[in-house]
Amino acid sequence: MDVLNVEYMLGLVPVLLKYLPLTLQLAGVGMVLALSLACLFAIVRVLRIPVLNQLTIVFISFFRGTPLLVQLFLFYYGLPQLVSALTVIDGVTATIMGLTMHFSAYMAESIRAAIVGVDRSQTEAALSIGMTNSQLMRRIVLPQATRVALPTLMNYFIDMIKATSLAFTLGVTELMGATQKEAAGSFLYFEAFIVAAVMYWIVVELLSKLQNYLEIRLNKAYSR
Amino acid sequence: MIKLASLSKHFGKTVVLDGIDLTIDQGEIVVIIGPSGTGKSTLLRCLNFLEQPTSGTMTVGDLTVDVNRASRTDILAMRRRTAFVFQNYALFANKTALQNVAERLLVVDKWPKEKALQRAREILDQIGLGDKADAYPASMSGGQQQRVGIGRAMAAGAEVILFDEPTSSLDPEWVEEVLGLMKQLASERQTMMVVTHEMSFARDVADRVIFIDGGRIVEQGPPSEIFHNPKDPRTKDFLKKILATNPV
Repeated sequence: MDVLNVEYMLGLVPVLLKYLPLTLQLAGVGMVLALSLACLFAIVRVLRIPVLNQLTIVFISFFRGTPLLVQLFLFYYGLPQLVSALTVIDGVTATIMGLTMHFSAYMAESIRAAIVGVDRSQTEAALSIGMTNSQLMRRIVLPQATRVALPTLMNYFIDMIKATSLAFTLGVTELMGATQKEAAGSFLYFEAFIVAAVMYWIVVELLSKLQNYLEIRLNKAYSR
Repeated sequence: MIKLASLSKHFGKTVVLDGIDLTIDQGEIVVIIGPSGTGKSTLLRCLNFLEQPTSGTMTVGDLTVDVNRASRTDILAMRRRTAFVFQNYALFANKTALQNVAERLLVVDKWPKEKALQRAREILDQIGLGDKADAYPASMSGGQQQRVGIGRAMAAGAEVILFDEPTSSLDPEWVEEVLGLMKQLASERQTMMVVTHEMSFARDVADRVIFIDGGRIVEQGPPSEIFHNPKDPRTKDFLKKILATNPV
């Protein structure tokens, strides 16, 4: 085996860095949308709102039960075939749609579990002083549920950042797509993908640090 | 003034409260005693609408509610007139002692923030926990938590404070400080309804002791009468048992 071409790898760093923002944008937008959708689903499930509850159960079951790649292909290649107006969907939009729906299904369940896990006495105390249901959700239950759900939600975020690499199969040139192109030109596959891997790794490590910081902050109220 | 007329509560086929009629004057201290599972807590919880009563009417202050026709507004209004102290304290775990006391003033009574916090500080000083304003419940002793629980109930000047076995979850060492605070409130003639097994508190502080069994008021009267000259055999039986383990 040839020695690693370190010079090539160093040269590749600035090239690939230009595509990192798109990767982060896919994950960032996906996370915000997925989290909002997941909160809605969780509340529908906790309050057992008729019809919506059943629809949510089916939605979650489908998007948890099928591979993300299949879902991305469905959105990108499948939908335009059915509805011609949807041919305008580009790879970036299809990726964000796929990530949003796929991860909202997972996150809805952990948010629901966290809400249900807040002690019943907290709700009673809030009701006893005359709070409305939305006040008690906003001020008492959700803040306590957030602390419980945070580690799992951050895990999903990390997973989502890595899952953005699937976007290259829809022709999106994000970090993975750019690496693929560079490698195909230079035939230095190992060097190229090691650089990409380290970039993903660093981003995820930074997020883990953020997670630790947030956990310490949110746990402040609960430590003796 | 509080007036309950034919107040009943059924859980499925089980009758927990069986037509309670009761009038309590402003400033009166009422202690409710009786065997476990006879509806004492349910009575308090109905007044605060933590349980939906099955039938009857309830009057607290200027508000009279037929429980079957109670609207959401009625329920909220009734809750604002009745403050609740829980057996397990039930302090908001994500809020400091100060925020626990101020929460109701801020959110329910919509006081401006500064005024609410100032009032909450006064209450914490009054209950001897001024130095714990920024402490979270998890870092406080059971006795301190329950005193904050009482402070939270004092906050908005409710017509009546309902105490649901406020010392039953406490380690023995903390019971006195909580009873002490309740005595202090009683001496200020705060209307109180107290479910408790602390017979010495009932004897020393109550204006009236009510004995409940099987969802009905069996006997009521001043503590001297109930403790020294109970008339109903069920009252005698209960007192004999409880005074054997909790001497007055």
